Amino acid sequence: MSKVYETVIGLEVHVELATKTKIFCGCSTEFGGAPNTHTCPVCTGMPGSLPVLNKAVVEKAVAVGLATNCNITRNCKFDRKNYFYPDNPQNYQISQLYYPICRDGYVEIEVEGKKKKVRIHEIHMEEDAGKLVHEERSDSSLVDFNRSGVPLIEIVSEPDMRSAEEVIAYLDKLRLIIQYLGASDCKLNEGSMRADVNLSVREVGSEEFGTRTETKNLNSFKAIARAIENERERQIDLLESGEKVVQETRRWDDNKEYSYPMRSKEDAQDYRYFPDPDLVPVIISEEWIEKIKNSQPELRDEKIIRYKEEYDIPEYDIMIITASKKMADIFEEAISLGAAPKKVSNWLMGETMRLMKETDTEADNLKFSAENLAKLIKLIEDKAINGTVAKEVFEKVFAEDINPEKYVDDNGLRTVNDEGALRETIQKIIDANPKSVEDIRNGKQKAIGFLVGQTMKEMKGKADPSEVNRIIKEILG
Amino acid sequence: MVITDETIEYVGILAKLELSGEEKEQAKKDMTNMLEYVGKLNELDTDGVEAMSHAFPISNVFREDEVTNGDDRENLLKNAPDKKDGCYRVPKTFD
Amino acid sequence: MNLTQLTAVEIGKKIKTKEIGVVEATEAYISRIEKLDKDYNCFVTVDKEGALKQAEEVQKLIDAGKLTSPLAGVPVAIKDNMCIDGMLTTCSSKILNNFVPTYTATAVEKLQSAGAVIIGKTNMDEFAMGSTTETSYYGETKNPWDVTRVPGGSSGGSAAAVAAEEVPYALGSDTGGSIRQPASFCGVTGIKPTYGRVSRYGLIAYGSSLDQIGPLAKDVTDCAAILEEISSHDKKDSTSAERSDNDFTSALKDDVKGMKIGIPRDYFLKGIDSEVKDKVLAAAKTLEEKGAIVEEFDLNMVEYAIPAYYIIASAEASSNLERFDGVKYGYRTETFTDLHNMYKKTRSEGFGAEVKRRIMLGSFVLSSGYYDAYYVKALKAKALIKQEFDKAFEKYDVILGPVAPTTALKLGESLSDPIKMYLGDIYTVSVNLAGIPGISLPCGYDKNGLPVGLQLLGQTFDEKKIIRAAYAFECTKSYRRPDALTERGL
Repeated sequence: MSKVYETVIGLEVHVELATKTKIFCGCSTEFGGAPNTHTCPVCTGMPGSLPVLNKAVVEKAVAVGLATNCNITRNCKFDRKNYFYPDNPQNYQISQLYYPICRDGYVEIEVEGKKKKVRIHEIHMEEDAGKLVHEERSDSSLVDFNRSGVPLIEIVSEPDMRSAEEVIAYLDKLRLIIQYLGASDCKLNEGSMRADVNLSVREVGSEEFGTRTETKNLNSFKAIARAIENERERQIDLLESGEKVVQETRRWDDNKEYSYPMRSKEDAQDYRYFPDPDLVPVIISEEWIEKIKNSQPELRDEKIIRYKEEYDIPEYDIMIITASKKMADIFEEAISLGAAPKKVSNWLMGETMRLMKETDTEADNLKFSAENLAKLIKLIEDKAINGTVAKEVFEKVFAEDINPEKYVDDNGLRTVNDEGALRETIQKIIDANPKSVEDIRNGKQKAIGFLVGQTMKEMKGKADPSEVNRIIKEILG
Repeated sequence: MVITDETIEYVGILAKLELSGEEKEQAKKDMTNMLEYVGKLNELDTDGVEAMSHAFPISNVFREDEVTNGDDRENLLKNAPDKKDGCYRVPKTFD
Repeated sequence: MNLTQLTAVEIGKKIKTKEIGVVEATEAYISRIEKLDKDYNCFVTVDKEGALKQAEEVQKLIDAGKLTSPLAGVPVAIKDNMCIDGMLTTCSSKILNNFVPTYTATAVEKLQSAGAVIIGKTNMDEFAMGSTTETSYYGETKNPWDVTRVPGGSSGGSAAAVAAEEVPYALGSDTGGSIRQPASFCGVTGIKPTYGRVSRYGLIAYGSSLDQIGPLAKDVTDCAAILEEISSHDKKDSTSAERSDNDFTSALKDDVKGMKIGIPRDYFLKGIDSEVKDKVLAAAKTLEEKGAIVEEFDLNMVEYAIPAYYIIASAEASSNLERFDGVKYGYRTETFTDLHNMYKKTRSEGFGAEVKRRIMLGSFVLSSGYYDAYYVKALKAKALIKQEFDKAFEKYDVILGPVAPTTALKLGESLSDPIKMYLGDIYTVSVNLAGIPGISLPCGYDKNGLPVGLQLLGQTFDEKKIIRAAYAFECTKSYRRPDALTERGL
């Protein structure tokens, strides 16, 4: 390959807003209900029904806009995007084209130590579609409108990214901002954050953009990285063999690791946008913006500064803990329940990270509560359990969020604090291991460890090893 | 402007209407006439005029974020031409 | 006098004083429907059983003193584009031939809670697209004054039902004249309220920015009383206005002294039937004699209203009617090869010619490359039309003119040439574009004995002014009795 190509990437990121109800009706947005149990005439497109805008959607969209340095559109409007598909009950989606709520923002990303601004073209509000399930061994699909009308914001970036790493850094940045705002949980695998990748390639040094494609159905950071690499190569191959890239929408199949065009003859991609006459303009005053600003929670950058001031923990730990709102929340809550910051941080950085890796769990999906972590820490401090038992108990906390106090009691894991009983066991071990006693007396201190281990084994771990160590030394004088 | 067969075909795809040969001819004629007629608006100087969606100023109509609807599935599905397992059934979709 | 010759408010009074029972009133109308409607076809659905059951319940509530509305116990018919829980609602289309809503339009709910007895659903032009009620899938409605003529449309069933005294009053909807024009053709009174005055929730949309529900009745008093009942601020309709001046019956005063009435010169220049012109100008004279100050003025933009209207209404309709796809409700085609084939066959079989014509036009004017040239241009024309009305209302309280250029047309006469049919809307569509209120009431008869309609327009939310002017006219010269029917022994 003689020519050197540059990849140009822009992203359309859809984020489901964490409101209690849908954008235009009073149906719950809760996940997991039986099909069509969270629906009403509005979100199933019944004739005569009318949309009424959920105020919380506007406030969350403005909050995201402010946190991504956007200009807020003072007089924003909704438009209809017309296309037929069964998951779209009205056969038009209420969205924003002409006057989106936010424009011209940016976020700063850092890749390999280099900082870069990714510009945001606009953020608009819209409604989500329903879900289609394809019936096996049949020529039909089933439609569930529970997700129909769930509020979304679509964050459209400028084509400012040049690599998969930058894309992931950008997505990560957005995810953190939005999670910290409490505007969404931003879970890629559950679809509460979805990214469509607009990608084109051009020769390095070229000023003009190449023809771009849009790739959809990317459900994880890994899928995004793979799809970008795949699409980049596909486009370069086309150009190298003298063919042209066709502007189209492609669907990524992550199992087969390839994408295919989604367009059909019946899909003209002419959405006939026009202002929705059923909805009225949203006028956003300076006062309202101020109110939203003032009620904004602490964002990550602010948290990092505060942690540095308040807690004596390494900067590296602070970065890891704050890299997920979920973890930062556990950290702060456990402290508020009385646990020492250093201890909490150790549990998060150590065992938690180890188990996350082992079980392939993302920080956002941590299941355990700060309360149970704090209880576990308290048990250790009270010397009710030793470190080994604590690790065993934490595995249970991590997996099932069990109450460690109850678990320790139920399984008889409490450390034996009866010194008489302990001395008795130690004496038994000493008596049974004259060789080791001999070694210790000859200065082989390591042999103490063997006796401690034997004692712990005999005690089924329910002893404080430092206590055992002390008593052995005392007996052997 | 004169409406061609291609335009009628294209609009048919957008509007999901399948016209018979006769209907297409009629539609071509009707639409050509209608567009010629509404072309009268081109006489108007609308420079600087703001497009008006609503005839009187009304803005910021909201609902509070409170769940007001319960499960009304049985009722809503009553009218479905085809349904299964609490879902609307449709011919297989592409993806 | 026959019970069915009374007005809605008169019946309401007699029910209150126990001169008439609610069941008795309901039965009287039902038997009249049974006798006449095979000839007129005003109804798509007559709910005899349901109406009689409601009548009994309403009577109990009245007896218990729980219903005090002037319309309590009075039967009513509802245009078939308003949803009623449990009652077939078709929009006079095949595509909704089996649709039974599970919710009720707010305007209808208002009437129900006032104690109205709903007798049935009236015929209309399919999806309210038309001005003759001939585009209904369920057969055309005939004008009770002359069954060889159309009743007007699209609320032709509602207007004809009132004219034939099959019901004392009815609800209609008006997107470009659909209440006022059939009222004029059928010699009854109808009001198209200010956009936002009556909730649109549950009204199956045609042109959402133009649609408005309103009353059709025998006289101005009824219309005022009905409008008072159905007006509301509805949280379910974002375009519904919050108003404290819904007490329209307070405007029923026979007094137009000093009222400034403007007559647009342009309305009478061309295309208007000379008899219609004479009757309308005579009505102006009558008001002048009663002390109103009447003068002619130039209302510009008249000729641009129809083009702007058809672009906007068709565009909105093309989108509003996308939901009829054979998936969630209504008609679905019998056989199909795949999803898009199902969509296309369902819609092509389910919609009639006029609806398809407007969907095609609407889809085209919104399509890529034409949006600005047609749709945005039309919205700008709309702004200019509104400006013209604003200017006029700086000088006048009320604008007076005809409702339609002619009296009722012969059946089939206008179907062949759509543009000719559209031109009949010249005096009505600008009112919807500007969002202002208008009332249509009879002001005489032509040589064929057909009623001529008078239209009075007011500024946004100035319904009271047009009600007062209309009431004063009616007090002097009432044309409300369907004498022609009485003469024919009906």
